[in-house]
Amino acid sequence: MNRYVLIEDVQMSFSTRQGLYVALKDVSLTIARGEFITLIGHSGCGKSTLLNLVAGLLMPSDGILLCAEREIAGPGPDRGVVFQNHSLLPWLTCFDNVHLAVERVFGATEGKAQLNQRTHDALGLVHLTHAEQKYPHEISGGMKQRVGIARALAMQPKVLLMDEPFGALDALTRAHLQDELMKIVEKTNSTVIMVTHDVDEAVLLSDRVVMMTNGPAATIGEILKVDLPRPRNRLALANDVHYHRLRGAVLEFLYQKQAKDAA
Amino acid sequence: MNIRRYFGEHLLPPLIGAGLFIVVWMILAQSSEALPGPMKTWNSAVALFSDPFYQNGPNDQGIGWNILYSLGRVGVGFSLAALIGIPAGFIVGRVQFIDKMTSPIISMLRPVSPLAWLPIGLLVFQAANPAAIWVIFISSIWPMIINTAMGVRQLPTDYLNVARVLNLSEWKIFTKILFPATLPYMLTGIRLAIGTAWLVIVAAEMLTGGVGIGFWVWDEWNNLNVEHIIIAIFVVGIVGLLLEMMLVRFAKRFSY
Repeated sequence: MNRYVLIEDVQMSFSTRQGLYVALKDVSLTIARGEFITLIGHSGCGKSTLLNLVAGLLMPSDGILLCAEREIAGPGPDRGVVFQNHSLLPWLTCFDNVHLAVERVFGATEGKAQLNQRTHDALGLVHLTHAEQKYPHEISGGMKQRVGIARALAMQPKVLLMDEPFGALDALTRAHLQDELMKIVEKTNSTVIMVTHDVDEAVLLSDRVVMMTNGPAATIGEILKVDLPRPRNRLALANDVHYHRLRGAVLEFLYQKQAKDAA
Repeated sequence: MNIRRYFGEHLLPPLIGAGLFIVVWMILAQSSEALPGPMKTWNSAVALFSDPFYQNGPNDQGIGWNILYSLGRVGVGFSLAALIGIPAGFIVGRVQFIDKMTSPIISMLRPVSPLAWLPIGLLVFQAANPAAIWVIFISSIWPMIINTAMGVRQLPTDYLNVARVLNLSEWKIFTKILFPATLPYMLTGIRLAIGTAWLVIVAAEMLTGGVGIGFWVWDEWNNLNVEHIIIAIFVVGIVGLLLEMMLVRFAKRFSY
């Protein structure tokens, strides 16, 4: 199997006032190129920590992470990150927010016109050409998140990392953006790792759903292969027996095997 | 239609406040020989402001000149403080080692009345005017350093994560993230600084002399011209208010 992202025996502990807290233990995962992976689990299970490790925002206490055969030693433009709360810079227009990323990656090799074209194309990909000159506070939450996706994709990353990107959106906007993301991923053939709470989102989008056990010392509990044919259509899947079987498997893991009292 | 309501809600209360203020002033003036009443002060003010820019030698100049000289000293001292204090604030906020190194010194020096620095200024500069500017500089620099550093420290981790993920250069981080994110804090520092500077200039000029609103008050006290002292209090208050309003308006343009 093609090993595009490799996570091997990763352990992550944080020193807290109560002593050492082991967040992740013995996590190993191999991700192929072009694969869509979701990480799902109860809150506090360390799924965001795992994503931040791949992003290079955190360094593992033990173990190795590789991306395209190279060790992950810090954040880099080869891994585009979409943050949960969009994290757009409020003093820059949508265009400038994306341009900042484009300039960083391609500024040394390409001219001004090309950089502008790239920025324009990235915003076009998420259907926001009309809002290029708007500031983040002038557009809706869903649009902000789309700019965040455009910013990450504009860098042409090897891997797209998404930390609950649609968590803060209402259900209808979320569904719309999920559909759009599926189309974009198909078009760009991106490798994606996405953290989510949402079982439907996980099954709808993923090639594999990685289910994590509860922390502390969380690890990968089960991996579910989602062998639904693409392109997927949420309406058709609503009555699809296999879809419901897969969905049931995730629910069973979360609410039976890893049942957790409401915090 | 809404003019009456506007009048009732927004104009009437301050007018009543001003009216009461004048009434209390009148009663106090009635019961005291030395304190001039509002009418007398008003007449004196009209006379004073009818010729604000006369010049009769170095110690007798119009009120306009006195105000302008004071504003000039504040402007110079304040600008020097901004020139040094704001970059210093960025460094203090960004480099933890320097923060820890300087914070005890800043905490110790900040509560010291800026006037205590006047003798040092007189000693070093051997002249009254630079010494007064020096006092303004000292009084303005603390809020600028402290607020700028606070802004830098409170930079949301989200923005820093963006910078890290995009792998931005230090220069880009400064121009695209650090500076714009810190600007509102910086402007708060500037506002506090100009407030204190304007407070301090009156006292500093009383001590150093020369042309300036502070010395003018002291001079009028020596002449026992109490109307002019009261006028000076109003002038200082109004100029301070205008400075503050100008900066608030300026700061509003930079809030996100």
